[in-house]
Order: sequence, then C-alpha cells, then structure tokens
Amino acid sequence: MTASTKNTTTVEADPNLPTIKLVREFDAPRERVHRAWTDPELVPRWLGPHGTTIELLTWDTRTGGSYRYSATDCDGNKVYFFGSFHEIRADRLVQTFTFEGYPDGVSLDTLTLEELDGGRTRATILSLVENLQTRDMILASGMAKGVTEGYEKLDQLL
Amino acid sequence: MTDQLSRVFAALADPTRRDIVARLSAGDATVNELAAPYDVSVQAVSKHLKVLSDAGLVSRSKDAQRRPCHLEAEVFDLMTKWIERYRRQAEERFSRLDAVLAAMDDKPNRAQGAAS
Repeated sequence: MTASTKNTTTVEADPNLPTIKLVREFDAPRERVHRAWTDPELVPRWLGPHGTTIELLTWDTRTGGSYRYSATDCDGNKVYFFGSFHEIRADRLVQTFTFEGYPDGVSLDTLTLEELDGGRTRATILSLVENLQTRDMILASGMAKGVTEGYEKLDQLL
Repeated sequence: MTDQLSRVFAALADPTRRDIVARLSAGDATVNELAAPYDVSVQAVSKHLKVLSDAGLVSRSKDAQRRPCHLEAEVFDLMTKWIERYRRQAEERFSRLDAVLAAMDDKPNRAQGAAS
C-alpha cells in the first residue's frame, strides 16, 4: 500500500456494437484478483450497487456451474440475478448475467485478467447484449434512476 | 421524460440515424446533403430525420430556404453523461474491490479447493 498509483476505470461503448467494455487495474496479483472475483466469502463485500446487500443463494464457480444472488437496497427492496459460469480459468472468467425482473435480457460477460509488472493486474470486462438499444438502456439506467419508474429496475443491471 | 428517453434510445439504435448524427456533429446539413451518400431516397432520410427530431436530437431551421438540419448537442451530450455515470458506478464497485484485495492474505481459498 505504498504510494499506490491511482487506478481508474475506463468505459468504452462501441457505437456500432452492443457492447460495454470496462477496464481497471488493481494493485494485486492475478491469483488474488481472481479469488476476490470468485470466493463466495469475498464477492458480497464489493459486488452490487452502493448501499445494497448481496446474498449469494447459489454460487458454483466452476466451468459449467451456475449462480444466483439477491441484492437488497436500503429500503428493503430485493431483486434477483442469475446466470451460468461458462468458463472459469486463471486468466479468464466467462459468464451469463440476467436480471430476473427483465428475464428476456441476458448479457454475456467476459472477464480477462492480465498480469502486469510489479504484481499488478489489469481486468477487462466485455459485456455483450442483444442490441444497441438494450446496451444504451443499461448505460443510461443510472441516469434514469429516480426520474422514471420504467428504467428504475434496469438500474439494478449495473 | 420516459418518453423522451425511449425516443432517444430508439433513435440512436438505428445505424443510419447514428451515422446522420455523427455527420451532423461536424456541422449543419440539408436533407439532400445528408441523403447523398446513402442508397436510399430523400424521403427515407426525411423519415429518419423525423425520428431524430421527435427525440429532440435534431432541429431544422424554419426560416432559411435550405432548412438545414442541426444537431442539438446538449441532448446528445446525455450519452456522454450516461457513460460517465456508468463509469463512476463501476469505479465505486472497484474501489470496494481494492479494499477487499488489500485485506486479503495469500492463502489459497479453501472453498474453491483445486478448482481450475
């Protein structure tokens, strides 16, 4: 924790593809980042929007495994998410992601973990959804929060 | 507001309309100028412009004879704001992950065992 560089998140939304790419570096070796992403004890400590409590109901981080969890906000509203772990590898984690309130929507999320010098790791998350409109709704849902009920639940997709 | 957001989403979901918006960001243009590079009629481009105009993304001058189309930049800036908002939410999540990583020891995880 000495003079750690400021790690910032970048977001890329391709104008022609229904994707969102997040890139972030971490001051920790790849194995540790991988563990924080998969360990059922650690995941609830950071996953989910601010102020929500995450409860893992199913969490089988194996290739071909599945997961389901609930997120409860400070007002007690509870929503559920589920998906499959398509592939779990030291350098790659591929999963599907669905918000149960929007069951036809599914995102294919590929996390790539790249080892950097100095025991650091670069994480890239590429999310692919059905079409540009859905992608834009996901991007905008944070903005729409509190403005429109219709998009409020999509905020949970974040 | 819901309607406006829906219209903006729908308007920008179409590749031709995205292209029109990209070209208008370089400067105002008439319908004929906008239609020139496409293999479609001026009427079809007019329809696209109607959708963009209903979404508040494009306006047309009433007075000038050429009636050029104009990109309403402040509405289009919403996209940038959406992305920035999304980025900040992700950043919050990853800051929490930073704290988790800093607090972890290097022992292998018992729960995961010999997985992968």
